Amino acid sequence: MTQGDGGGRPPALRTVGLGRRYGHVWGLRDCTLTVPDGAVVGLVGPNGAGKTTLLQMIIGLLQPTEGHLEVFGDTSPANSAEALARVGYVAQDHPLYHDFSVADMFHLGRAMNPSWDQAVATARMNALGIPLKRKVKTLSGGQQAQVSLAMALAKRAPLLALDEPVSSLDPIARLDFMREVMAAAADTGVTVVIASHVVSELERLCDWLIVLTGGRVQLAGPADDLLAAHRLLTVPRATREAELPGPAVHRADSDRHSTVLVRTGPARLAAQERPDWGVEPVGFEQLVLAYLQRPAGTSADDPAQAAARPEPTIKAVTR
Amino acid sequence: MFRFRLDGTSGVPPYLQLVHQVRQSLLLGYLREGDRLPTVKDVAGDLAINPNTVVKAYRQLEHEGLAGGRPGQGTFITGTLSPATPDTHNTLRASLEKWLRDADAAGLDDEAVTALIAVARNDMRKEKV
Repeated sequence: MTQGDGGGRPPALRTVGLGRRYGHVWGLRDCTLTVPDGAVVGLVGPNGAGKTTLLQMIIGLLQPTEGHLEVFGDTSPANSAEALARVGYVAQDHPLYHDFSVADMFHLGRAMNPSWDQAVATARMNALGIPLKRKVKTLSGGQQAQVSLAMALAKRAPLLALDEPVSSLDPIARLDFMREVMAAAADTGVTVVIASHVVSELERLCDWLIVLTGGRVQLAGPADDLLAAHRLLTVPRATREAELPGPAVHRADSDRHSTVLVRTGPARLAAQERPDWGVEPVGFEQLVLAYLQRPAGTSADDPAQAAARPEPTIKAVTR
Repeated sequence: MFRFRLDGTSGVPPYLQLVHQVRQSLLLGYLREGDRLPTVKDVAGDLAINPNTVVKAYRQLEHEGLAGGRPGQGTFITGTLSPATPDTHNTLRASLEKWLRDADAAGLDDEAVTALIAVARNDMRKEKV
């Protein structure tokens, strides 16, 4: 239920220098991460940022071009039975056979997955009031998503990957879907990776965060640690980057003052803080949006490189 | 059974919202010593919230002496928050009302008053540290 402390099981996900190239274009590069067992990970980035590339490698559908990838210590190559068995997956469009009944879909699931737990799948349908005899095409979008989720959970895989699972659903169906995911995470301790555009919804769902832009990891780590490592400063406009207590992630200049999101620690902030500065903690959504707005090509978690950049001229973060 | 709620737009971290709700319910008498809090799974499934967040909130409540886990049974309210006595309450309220009248007379509007209170509270916290 809670995150592992590294004592027992291997990390849910470990990548070192992971990359995937499509022809001459890198979909993802230099991706190095260690996600603990039991985490609920928000994977955020604009279209083309590499989210789906990373997800497809994790679920074993795409072979990396370079680097190392392991899921719970398993390094089986893509498309092997082992790689496909280690992750439950819900795709964006919930691909189901529309002329099949729910029971038929479950039959298929059982035939394809040695670890299939029929009781898990049927219990979920009963709880949601979805009759097993119903044809998939007669179900609402929200119900189809629930069937996909039930099938992913019935695999009893230790990792559940969700690719924009709720983007096509109405707000109530989205909430219902995420309630099921969170209840499953609490119940079985399954590690969850959720790729999503909806940053505002992720704060309540995720305790771990990965922000991708332009095929690079911009920010990765436990959400609480990341929030604690950033501050929103209000400083005189003339303040130079070198005077700040850490690299500026995002800066918005007014006539006389500037608002700067800075990556900093308590000790460094205390040493460099000036009396005329305003210092505030940063919110989850604000932090994510600031990193999403960094220019493409800026590298991950690299204060040296971030500090060396010229003053950015990005517009203010609005919520 | 106690039920939590979550305000997605408040800007307050979700785990703190849960902690605040327990504290406030204790102050208002909606929660009493011995009451059982919902299980982590129930809260996670009810609010569509990360179970680790609920665990964190319950740990914080335990740390504050307000709740405690009983193995196999769940998390229970173990403490009380004694609000100030009615007398103290009335005295404080009277002095606050006088202060608010002074502020009004000085031309401060609601926003200015709120800002001033925030600044004063912030300074007090800094002194404590």
